[in-house]
Amino acid sequence: MELTLAILLGALFGFALNRAGATNPQSIINMLRLSDTSLMKAILFAIGLSSLVLFSGLALGIIAPAHVSIKTAYIGVFVGGILLGIGFAIAGYCPGTGLAAAATGRKDALIFALGGLAGAFAFTLSYGWLADNTFLFDKIAGGNVGLAATGNDKYDALIPFSGTAIGIVQGIAFIAIAYLIPTHILNKK
Amino acid sequence: MFKPVLTWPLGGALLAIAFVCAILLVKPIGVSTQFVIADTAVWDVINPDIIITDENAKSGYSSPNAYLNKSGGKYAANAANPLNYSFVFVLAMMGGAFLSALLKGDKPQNKDEKTMPAVWRNRFGDSAKLRYTAAFIAGFLVLYGARLAGGCTSGHMMSGMMQTALSGYIFAAGAFLAALPIAIILFNKKG
Repeated sequence: MELTLAILLGALFGFALNRAGATNPQSIINMLRLSDTSLMKAILFAIGLSSLVLFSGLALGIIAPAHVSIKTAYIGVFVGGILLGIGFAIAGYCPGTGLAAAATGRKDALIFALGGLAGAFAFTLSYGWLADNTFLFDKIAGGNVGLAATGNDKYDALIPFSGTAIGIVQGIAFIAIAYLIPTHILNKK
Repeated sequence: MFKPVLTWPLGGALLAIAFVCAILLVKPIGVSTQFVIADTAVWDVINPDIIITDENAKSGYSSPNAYLNKSGGKYAANAANPLNYSFVFVLAMMGGAFLSALLKGDKPQNKDEKTMPAVWRNRFGDSAKLRYTAAFIAGFLVLYGARLAGGCTSGHMMSGMMQTALSGYIFAAGAFLAALPIAIILFNKKG
């Protein structure tokens, strides 16, 4: 049953990435160099709409709070984000879109994925040293926190107010930003 | 049925359906961990001592490697049994993208585009060697960074921010703070 869901949900996600244009490095680079922000709008809209539905679903008891899974916040999240951002801009791929793009026949995406396997392996080897000798894994604001309460008591809320309201406000804010960002900021034709 | 690439509200809505269905039925979407699982499954074939069956570990497995041994040997356990939800999800994601491309979705239109996008070609020329070298280094940085951060664009940015996770916001700040200026410097014509 779980593997059937993995196949259906994975295929849906891969299909959606392709139809949103996220498997095309041209769309990603154009988004990052601010010459065509359509994909950024799609991503912001997706986050906003997902927030709206998630927090409504949690409030109505349709989505189980146990399915909420908030990742820990620590210094390495920011540093790792920067490293990822550098490669993201050079290649026009991130881990998910790189694999999905390779599946659509892009050879540079396949090479990117091989580089990714090497990078993941290098991290696996260096984690022990980093954990013992650096402050990269020091938590920020307690670590397991969200802005909004989700009903899952493993995670604390930063804003002491109705989680449903905050989730819905965040959702509307992201959707509004998606609409308001100009499509062509730099390199206007 | 669909245009090759949807307008952004439709593309965004389709992505939202995928993210919401995943959290409704199982758990939030994530991808980058599976690079470690793939590496480790191969590593275990070359060196079987890297994954050890261990009754005392929470997952039933442990490893002499600190990362694979983390969280009760969770990664060691998943690499020992790659036919688990998260790994199959990523394989199916590739299948879904392949299927979409086959059904008139977005795919490289010719041999040139299979090698590199036009925006790269216009800036750095036709050399496939240069593009592949850059793609390999970029892939290395992206996955090293994603594992250091504990997630990638899917897990931290999309899944994380939809749940209002602080970590999602911190990750997105780092990623875009680096990616925007570098893309602008690399690809926007000067003057």
